[in-house]
Amino acid sequence: MSGLAHYLEDEGIPTTLLALVRKHVEEIKPPRALVVPFELGRPIGAPNEPDFQRRVLRDCLELLEKGSGPVLKDFPDSPPGADAQPDGWACPVNFSTPIEDVSDQDILEQALLQEIALLKPWYEESKQVRDGRTNFGISGKEPGEIQSFLADLVINREGAASPIEGKPLALAFKQMADDIRYYYMESAIARPDQRVTDVEIGNWLWGETTLGKVLIEIRNWAMESKDPGFKAFAPTAMVPSHQRHRTIHG
Amino acid sequence: MVHLREMPDHLREALINQELPEYGDTPWTTPKPVDECRVALISTAGLHRREDDPFAPGAGDYRIIPDEYDMNNLVMSHLSTNFDRSGFYQDVNTSFPVDRLRELADEGVVSSVASRHFSFMGATPPTVMEPIARDLANVLKADNVDAVVLVPV
Repeated sequence: MSGLAHYLEDEGIPTTLLALVRKHVEEIKPPRALVVPFELGRPIGAPNEPDFQRRVLRDCLELLEKGSGPVLKDFPDSPPGADAQPDGWACPVNFSTPIEDVSDQDILEQALLQEIALLKPWYEESKQVRDGRTNFGISGKEPGEIQSFLADLVINREGAASPIEGKPLALAFKQMADDIRYYYMESAIARPDQRVTDVEIGNWLWGETTLGKVLIEIRNWAMESKDPGFKAFAPTAMVPSHQRHRTIHG
Repeated sequence: MVHLREMPDHLREALINQELPEYGDTPWTTPKPVDECRVALISTAGLHRREDDPFAPGAGDYRIIPDEYDMNNLVMSHLSTNFDRSGFYQDVNTSFPVDRLRELADEGVVSSVASRHFSFMGATPPTVMEPIARDLANVLKADNVDAVVLVPV
C-alpha cells in the first residue's frame, strides 16, 4: 500500500493513506499517512457507523493540506463499541458436534450438506438484512456442489478432479473453500444486533463445524503435498493464523 | 481494537518481520486545496464487481470500480485468511468508504468524486505492482483526479 503511494506520487498524483500497521509507514515513509488503531480488515473502523467513518476519511484527506512531508499522523480514537464487553456472541444455528472420523466420503458429504441445509435460512435472512448483498458466489459454484467437492478432496486428495474448468485443482479448491466460508460467516452474522469479532467467528467455524474439521484435514495433507498449488496456499492462505493451533503443522 | 501486541503470534511476527521494499526519498506532489480536489479511492482489499474475475495469487493487476456501480454487488476475493471480513460483509464502507466520500463531496469538503475507483490485492509484492501503478497514474490524470485516498485492508 505504501509502495503504491510512492509510485503514484512520483508520477504526479498526490496521495493520502490510511495505515493499519504503524511500523510499515514509519519505514516506508509514504508522503501522507493517517495511522488508525483498528482491526485488520476494518480500515475505516467499524461497520454502520457513518459519522465515525466520515471523521476517519476526513482526517485522512486533511493531510493533503500539509505543506511538506512525509506526514505521519495518528488517529486518536477507537471505533465505537470497541471497549464494550463482548455480548457473548453465538451463531444462530447450533450444530451438533462436528464428526470426528473424516475417513468416509459419504458420511462427510452428508454432514456437510446437512450443515448448509441448517444455515440456509440464516444465510437468506442475513442477505435480506443487507438488501441482497452477499460475498458468496465468487467461485460460481452452489453451496452443495462445494460441499460434495470438499468431501471428495479430503479423501482423494490430489487425485480429485478440478471442478472449475481451466483452473488447477488447488486454485479451484481455494476459491470454493473461501466461498463456502463466506456463506458460513454471513449466516453466522445474520442477527444484526450482535457484535462479533473475527476470532469469535473463527472459533465457531474452525472449532465447531464439520466444514472446519474438513478444511483442517485438507490443510494437514496439503502441507506435505508435492502439488505446487497446494504447497503455495497451505502455510498461510488456508487457515487463519488464530486457528492454526488446530492443525498438525501449526 | 487490535494492537500488534494483541495479535496472535503468527500474525504479529509475519507483520513485523515482513520484508519491506526499500524506497529512496519520499516523493512529493503539491496538491490543490482539498476542497478543490477530485478524489478517487484505491483499495488493496481485493475488491471487484461480481462479474469480474477473482484475484489470482501473485497478480499485480487491479480491477476498476466505476463510481456509478451498484456497490451492493461489490465482492472481496482477497486470498488472505488473516483479516476480519465480517465488517465488510455488514457494510461496504468498512473497507471501501465510497458513500462517505460522496457525502464529503456533497458537503464541499472535496470538490468531486472520480468516475472510477480501483482495487488491487495487497498481498502482491510491490515490485510487481510498480509498472502497473505508474501506468495507473495516467489513467487517473485522464479522469482529472487531483488526489487519491489509499485504503489498505
